[in-house]
Amino acid sequence: MALEVESKSPRAEIDGLISSGRAEIAALRLRELWRNESGPAAAAFVVSRFEKLRGQVPLTTTRLALLRSFTVEPAVPLLRASAFCAGIDLTVRIGDFNTYVQELVDKESWLYSFAPAAVILAVRTADIAPDLWGSSGDMSEATIRDAVSRVAGSLQQWVRLFRQNSQASLIIHNLEQPIQPSMGLLDAQAAVSQSEAIRKVNCDLRNLASPASGIYVLDYDALVARYGRLRWHDERKWLTARMPIAADQLIHLSDEWLRFLAPLTGKVAKALVADLDNTLWGGIIGEDGMTGIKLGAEYPGAAYQALQRAMLDLSRKGILLAICSKNNPADAMEALQKHPGMLLRPKDFACMRISWNDKAQGLREIAAELNIGIDALAFLDDNPFEREQIRAALPEVTVIDLPDEPMEYAAALRNCPAFERLTLSAEDQQRTAMYAEQRERTQAEQSFQSKEDFYHFLQQEVEIAPVGPATLARIAQLTQKTNQFNLTTRRYSEQQVSEMAARGCQILAMRVRDRFGDHGVVGVAITSDVGEVCEIDTFLLSCRVIGRTVETALLSYIAAEAAARGRCRLVGRFIPTKKNAPARDFYSEHGFRLETQNGDGTVWSFDLREQKIASPDCIRVSVVNGGGN
Amino acid sequence: MIFDQVRGIASDLFSVPADHITAGSSPHNIESWDSIQHLNLVLALEETFSVQLSPAEIEQMKSIGETAKLIETKLQANLR
Repeated sequence: MALEVESKSPRAEIDGLISSGRAEIAALRLRELWRNESGPAAAAFVVSRFEKLRGQVPLTTTRLALLRSFTVEPAVPLLRASAFCAGIDLTVRIGDFNTYVQELVDKESWLYSFAPAAVILAVRTADIAPDLWGSSGDMSEATIRDAVSRVAGSLQQWVRLFRQNSQASLIIHNLEQPIQPSMGLLDAQAAVSQSEAIRKVNCDLRNLASPASGIYVLDYDALVARYGRLRWHDERKWLTARMPIAADQLIHLSDEWLRFLAPLTGKVAKALVADLDNTLWGGIIGEDGMTGIKLGAEYPGAAYQALQRAMLDLSRKGILLAICSKNNPADAMEALQKHPGMLLRPKDFACMRISWNDKAQGLREIAAELNIGIDALAFLDDNPFEREQIRAALPEVTVIDLPDEPMEYAAALRNCPAFERLTLSAEDQQRTAMYAEQRERTQAEQSFQSKEDFYHFLQQEVEIAPVGPATLARIAQLTQKTNQFNLTTRRYSEQQVSEMAARGCQILAMRVRDRFGDHGVVGVAITSDVGEVCEIDTFLLSCRVIGRTVETALLSYIAAEAAARGRCRLVGRFIPTKKNAPARDFYSEHGFRLETQNGDGTVWSFDLREQKIASPDCIRVSVVNGGGN
Repeated sequence: MIFDQVRGIASDLFSVPADHITAGSSPHNIESWDSIQHLNLVLALEETFSVQLSPAEIEQMKSIGETAKLIETKLQANLR
């Protein structure tokens, strides 16, 4: 034993990579380590090493405050390790035990000076509603009713006070049910009962939550139930360390927190690129043929149908589906079109790369065709070798780790935080159909001699409307997701957009339709009047309609409206980023004069008294007032 | 070796190189070994070795050597 050659441990290898400056590979190995052993010890290692990689690998920093009634400290390194692996450098501050009320209510508290982007309120039923937990022994109807109105009322009040002091997202754990109701079987028979009361509080809490308010519910009761109440709780740890959760369950809590942080920090995948053989069906279509592959309602084909169902659910959340597989295209297409067990059909995919080419290249092409960044792709493949290749070649892609057992594929896909969304717009739900229309457009465009002829053929219609309830979510989403045609790249939550509207800013949503279909809301402009000047705070266009001259129609409208309000000048800013080169010449091309240029970008000015911006004559513009849809 | 495994966990948690950790390492000579890290150590041991540690046993974990001995005893008891 003593003579055995010492193989280099993953930790020693990672430290070697860090000290020799190979940051990208070190980050890759750290993610691998965390996938293999996601416990407290590995968490401490992963966090300390990622801290050394700051500035060398791309990380989004964000701040999280945890208000709590129990020991959450051991979950924090787990959360930070998972967050680092997802590209988020998280600074966490934890409140004292059971001081969450003071922290929320007192505007001088550390909570507000810490200025977190998100706040999690993690409070146990036993602490916030001891009478509903059965601690007092009195479970009379009157007690239960009083407790429900008191708890719901308090939550409402805290949320209101919190909002007066902070614009952070607030994520509230809902109340969990006890392992055993205090009245036993009787609980399920009564109209007024312990479990019913907890459900009522949770229902009131859900009514407080909305994207516009920036308040979200973490369904803690469902989380505990998912892993099993008996396994989740650890009475011994509760009594000795005020930690009610078993050691091996903590990771599930930190994962659930991360599911909120991923969409809040924009670390989301916009498209899922899937393999075919042994992923969407069992077996190899080129060898096993249509009758040989496993796919259907019964085992073993059912596992693959479950995965396809999970993919359809993602599609309904606005996540695009694409295929990147190594097959003969004819074999694969026959299965996609005709196999009776397929739940997904060619129309469900926004893009396909079926060939014998390298998959990294396929992914690059898919990102280009869908007009999204490579970092917006997620990759699903049963073959560990292909997954490793993509991890090494394209580290920004979210690679989904599939277990060996196909029956676990669907759950692995559903678990991925990159597919979480906190809001859903009408555009999200129709996205795949929109990409199909886009393909028709591109084909049509190629048959025209000049761009002008094509624009006339398109019969574009632009509808401009001030922000309303129907467009608020989409406007905020566009500010958060648009990278290319975005003059200032200022990110706003729904709540911030509402506040700007309340302050009197002009917030406009632009919807575009043409002969092929409806693009939905694809443009946003936010302006505000300061003295004689109308300032353009935000001007952006979804990549779907770049190069269609609709931006000129929107700018023309802004200029005309500002002039009508008596402003003399329209002032815009261009703040360069790595991705927004397509918008660089926007102001100069529309007759703006360069005012200043500094490290923050350029400022442009347009004289409204002497000039006008003409709207393209091939576009029909209509204006909807009073918050269109 | 249980001792090596315990030492590896302690090295991760306390951010101290494994070869600096001996049987005599304790909260007195490892600065980062505070009450929170002690709880983390308990959780890491429980997860790694699939054991449950009682309050009395947690009391016994006064050094790395004693901690490793405790785990060894518990694992042997499980085998019987």
